[in-house]
Amino acid sequence: MNFSLSDEQKLLKDSVDRFVAERYGLDARRTLIASEDGYGRKNWKTFAELGWLAIPFSDASGGLGGGPIEVMVLMEAFGRGLVVEPFISTILMGATLVETLGDKEQKAAIIPPVVRGEKLISFAHVEAQSRFTLSDVITTASTDGNGYRISGHKAVVFGGDSANQLIVSARTSGNQRDEDGISLFLVDAEAKGITRRSYGTVDGLRAAEITLSNVLVGPETMLGKEGNSFAGIESVVDGATAAVCAEAVGVMDSLQEQTLEHLKTREQFGLKLGKFQALQHRSVDMFVACQEARTMMYVATLSLNKPRADRIRAVSAAKSHIGQAGRLVGQEAVQLHGGMGMTDELAVGHYFKRLTMIDTLFGNTDHHLERFAATVHG
Amino acid sequence: MNLEYSDADQAFREEVQNFLRDNTPSTIRTKIDARQKLTKEDYMAWHKILYGRGWVAPNWPVEFGGTGWTPLQCHIFDEEIGLSGSPRVLPFGVNMVGPVIMEFGNDTQKAHYLPRILSCEDVWCQGYSEPGSGSDLASLKTRATRDGDEYVVNGSKIWTTSAHWADMIFCLVRTDTNAKNQEGISFLLINMHESGIDVRPIITMDGGHEVNQVFFEDVRVPITNLVGEENKGWTYAKFLLKHERAGIAAIGSQKRQLNRLKEIARAEQSNGQALIEEPRFRDKISRAEIELMALEYTELRAVSAANQGRVPGTEVNLLKIRGSEMQQKISELLIEAIGYYANPFVPDSFDAGWNEEPIGPDYAAALAPEYFNWRKSSIYAGSNEIQKNIISKMVLGL
Ligand SMILES: Cc1cc2nc3c(=O)[nH]c(=O)nc-3n(C[C@H](O)[C@H](O)[C@H](O)COP(=O)(O)OP(=O)(O)OC[C@H]3O[C@@H](n4cnc5c(N)ncnc54)[C@H](O)[C@@H]3O)c2cc1C
Ligand SMILES: Cc1cc2nc3c(=O)[nH]c(=O)nc-3n(C[C@H](O)[C@H](O)[C@H](O)COP(=O)(O)OP(=O)(O)OC[C@H]3O[C@@H](n4cnc5c(N)ncnc54)[C@H](O)[C@@H]3O)c2cc1C
Repeated sequence: MNFSLSDEQKLLKDSVDRFVAERYGLDARRTLIASEDGYGRKNWKTFAELGWLAIPFSDASGGLGGGPIEVMVLMEAFGRGLVVEPFISTILMGATLVETLGDKEQKAAIIPPVVRGEKLISFAHVEAQSRFTLSDVITTASTDGNGYRISGHKAVVFGGDSANQLIVSARTSGNQRDEDGISLFLVDAEAKGITRRSYGTVDGLRAAEITLSNVLVGPETMLGKEGNSFAGIESVVDGATAAVCAEAVGVMDSLQEQTLEHLKTREQFGLKLGKFQALQHRSVDMFVACQEARTMMYVATLSLNKPRADRIRAVSAAKSHIGQAGRLVGQEAVQLHGGMGMTDELAVGHYFKRLTMIDTLFGNTDHHLERFAATVHG
Repeated sequence: MNLEYSDADQAFREEVQNFLRDNTPSTIRTKIDARQKLTKEDYMAWHKILYGRGWVAPNWPVEFGGTGWTPLQCHIFDEEIGLSGSPRVLPFGVNMVGPVIMEFGNDTQKAHYLPRILSCEDVWCQGYSEPGSGSDLASLKTRATRDGDEYVVNGSKIWTTSAHWADMIFCLVRTDTNAKNQEGISFLLINMHESGIDVRPIITMDGGHEVNQVFFEDVRVPITNLVGEENKGWTYAKFLLKHERAGIAAIGSQKRQLNRLKEIARAEQSNGQALIEEPRFRDKISRAEIELMALEYTELRAVSAANQGRVPGTEVNLLKIRGSEMQQKISELLIEAIGYYANPFVPDSFDAGWNEEPIGPDYAAALAPEYFNWRKSSIYAGSNEIQKNIISKMVLGL
């Protein structure tokens, strides 16, 4: 048992912490969000130069062969800075799907440009009816010659506005929620038959509704085996879930610190707010929630390479627990700031909004409680 | 003891329902149904409709233009307004400064201000909180210095709801800097159109504009605008806070929200069934409904006591705490219900006239901003921590 970072991991942590502290203030972030791209191309370039975009990919694919711990280190810092660059959508979802399911040619074509920061890929999977059920897919891909025609609607595709390429899940056989029969296709985001409706999200990211109508693709665009990609999707989503747990921990730690700082400076009734016992105890509850969330982040991260059942148990436990802890920390941070906590001007509200939205990603607190329960009780 | 409303009360409820159904303008109705923002003009139009019916200030005595309804009827009226989704009348005139003027104002003030509140000639806002004085309101620093027949006001108020719409502000100002905190405060009515007043918007995290910071620089206010006695303002302020918190449990609109939650949970799919069929979520809805029932009947106990002539006491503190917690709880369940569609944010869609296709289901767009916005309810009108301090001191004797 060991919860310490290696020397190399510490260097990574120092470098990403420094980036966030020096280059990612609230005002810089506001400017990025308001910009046409919605994220910083320059930042993305920096990520590439520092090797962060290469971390999760094997040496053979042109990556650095990092693992879940390195991703965790990055994501925690990204949470602390409320980073808006499309790291989750492109690196942890899009390109990781290629790494997991793709053949040699596909990896060679996609991962190097992604790692260089030249290509963005989003995973267009969730549908309006699917909620958090990963196998709930009604978008269809029917054979046409030796290729396929894809039709359907994909909901809230993060990074879908700026992606050059999409990985679209579609049913090639089976019923709406069958795990078998789901296939993945690499589709050019500008392909004929694709309409994208882009928008901002409440927490400053970008996403798109993507409609595919009779999008014609060749057989070489299929990622993995026909009808057989569910296990890959599930493991990639579990990895991304652990990553957003780390992001949440970064957000929570920051909220806790901002709140403590406020309690130590703001005075009412002639005393620092932190002198009121009611608030002291609430701060302790926040602190405890942050500590346990961190623990569960480690549990999830360190279980990602374990067999499926162990991985699911750990990831769902962490997502559910952190969802609950995050709600407490976010709500309390706003409350203890009083009126200031309600403003757009202060950072607190922005952290609170991100934390709230992380709960909706990849299944919320209840969804993962249910998924965990299923591992216990069959 | 019994839980039933009398036949007369039921008949009254129907009368209110019919009125609301037949008189809410379709422009307002459309916005409410589409969850769009109401403008100042909407609020004023609605105020005038209620005024026309004589129902704008139900809780005022008849001599001042009130209805003469019993407290229970006032409660029913509030509940029906909330259930119908019709806007509530802006509270600052009718529920706050009006009662203070009636109780402590002189005859000239009563004759001038009360009719203008009723008719909506003056829109009011509340100038209590300051940057350095929130929970510790009595530490406020905005100064009013006597100069002949005028006060000269300097300082700043913050979180002032609707200041950007208001014609008048009632302010707590410091008139004696030597006295103990509570003893040097006066209650002053200030014309918002006076020179030296600057209103700056504060945008809340949901993107909305409802609060402001108001700056006063050498604003001259006639001494005839002082309510009651100089340096006695704290007494009037506390009197007002009681009124501010009454009705804060907003049972009617909470029931409406709960109904909305159920509708959405019926429409949303989860793993092949309606979300409302999912035991985990159904329990949460039920839990909320039970808590709302406990809140409703706790309020009705207070209303019923008031009906029998008892003056409301510290129960308003309890209702404020639980009312705000329930508003927050239900808004939390609402975003939970819609899954990923809590994320999209299209600010323009909250403006009237926006007629593009919604992103995702049409009920989804407003829910996350509403959830963020409702965090305010445990902060404003005396934060819940302050309410608990009051209960523990005044009720529990701690
Ligand atoms: C099963 C058991 C085994 C024990 N074993 C031992 C033992 O082996 N050796 C030993 O020396 N003692 C032992 N204790 C005693 C134990 O340490 C005391 O009960 C404990 O310190 C609380 O003291 P008290 O019972 O006098 O309660 P009090 O100190 O009177 O406290 C009463 C309540 O008030 C709260 N409270 C008190 N002060 C504050 C404050 N400033 N702020 C907020 N809340 C406050 C407390 O948390 C508690 O809820 C044992 C107690 C129990 C129940
Ligand atoms: C949306 C909104 C609308 C508002 N509208 C108006 C308005 O129209 N007019 C107006 O005058 N004001 C208005 N307010 C202001 C509101 O009344 C204050 O925000 C509130 O009184 C809290 O003051 P504060 O913001 O300065 O927080 P602070 O007083 O600094 O409190 C910060 C935190 O510390 C806690 N705290 C403070 N003292 C204690 C204590 N002794 N024990 C335990 N906890 C404590 C508080 O509960 C809070 O959680 C509004 C506020 C909001 C958010």
